[in-house]
Amino acid sequence: MNTEKNSYTVIFAAVMVVIVGTILAFLSSSLSGKIDENKRLEKQQNILYAMGVNENEGEGSVSFVPTEKVAGEFSKYIKEQLIIEGDKITKDDQAYLIDLKKQATAAKNGEVRKLPLFIGDKDGKTFYIIPMRGKGLWDAIWGFVALDDQMVVQGVYFDHAGETPGLGANIKQRYFMDDFAGETILDGTKYAGIAVAKGNNDPLNEIKDDNEVDALAGATITGNGVSAMISESVNLYKDYLETIRVK
Amino acid sequence: MALLSKKDANLIKDPLADNNPITIQVLGICSALAITAELKASVVMAISVLFVLGIGNVVISLMRNIIPSKIRIIVQLIVVATLVIIVDQVLKAFAYELSKTLSVFVGLIITNCIIMGRFEAFALGNGPWRSFLDGIGNSLGYGIILVIVGFFRELLGSGTLFGIPVLGNPINKTGLYALGYENNGFMIIPPAALIVVGIIIWVQRSKNKALIEDN
Repeated sequence: MNTEKNSYTVIFAAVMVVIVGTILAFLSSSLSGKIDENKRLEKQQNILYAMGVNENEGEGSVSFVPTEKVAGEFSKYIKEQLIIEGDKITKDDQAYLIDLKKQATAAKNGEVRKLPLFIGDKDGKTFYIIPMRGKGLWDAIWGFVALDDQMVVQGVYFDHAGETPGLGANIKQRYFMDDFAGETILDGTKYAGIAVAKGNNDPLNEIKDDNEVDALAGATITGNGVSAMISESVNLYKDYLETIRVK
Repeated sequence: MALLSKKDANLIKDPLADNNPITIQVLGICSALAITAELKASVVMAISVLFVLGIGNVVISLMRNIIPSKIRIIVQLIVVATLVIIVDQVLKAFAYELSKTLSVFVGLIITNCIIMGRFEAFALGNGPWRSFLDGIGNSLGYGIILVIVGFFRELLGSGTLFGIPVLGNPINKTGLYALGYENNGFMIIPPAALIVVGIIIWVQRSKNKALIEDN
């Protein structure tokens, strides 16, 4: 068989594409149900993590509520799920499934954006959990921030699609996420968010009203992405947060 | 009785030192710079490459007589991309936690030049068993360098190993830090990896003069 002929090359390429395409399409369609289910449970785990419902042990661990328990815990702790569309606020217990990326695109096309918000209750304390989405260095970053009625951060969860391991990927490490707890997102009455700041004037993070946490070395752009994500996201919810804020 | 013939054993042994893919063939430098700031990431990457290169070499070797040479690079790319996607999808469905840890490596594996390099240089001209051994050998050689670089970068850059502090606490100034020691921030940025790899090459060549090229 002459493998150098053009016709052979074309046929080979075509056959290979069909075979590979079939394998991948089959795999994707047969696994997608299970993958979507995993993603759904992960979202519930992330939301609960931000409001402090997790199984963290010791200083370094980031452990979610186990997947088999998460659905029960989610309905136990999350009292209300709201969808904010302009002035209209509706309750919807599927609000956590809203795709933030699609909503951002819709907003760009002039449509009213659907903003999901989760109200949690733990030991009599109310948490307002805001989903966030932004850009890191390589790819998307996202997360959840839990606020109390004074606009003080109670907990956060960050995740990323492809930040550099050991550098930007450390935004999902405990020592980074824990720094946010106790910080206020308000600067006076302005929704300033929390900046991931270099300069190291407060490495122990003792000053809680400076709207700053200590940056990660070697991850400047990911850090800037986190700062931008927080401030953009809380500003989307500004009007609603003003109505619940205890002044 | 030896498990492997001497020739086959050399396929595993050579890439570990005298024909190391990073320090001698200078392949896979990009990922060696990108993910060695932490020891854990280095180990995960090494294992992932071991898996992909081992299987990929066998697949390419089995196909070697039917691949048209004009599009062989594209074919190699498709094989490695397909393998990585299959692994990624299966992990996402059945080991979601693990897949989260590995997801950032997926892109790095597909573009890893060691994989393309070994497909091109070895698997296209050798049988499946020898190609498999070559794949294992080269990924182990790659992994060793990654772990060495990751060890020094994490130790000197962050004062930790596998995320566990070994030199004391830099903020509360305990352990070595009480004596005035500081973490070297330079070690956690990628250029530091080049310097560590450079030192490894230096040590290796000064021990084995045969590796030095004549100019």
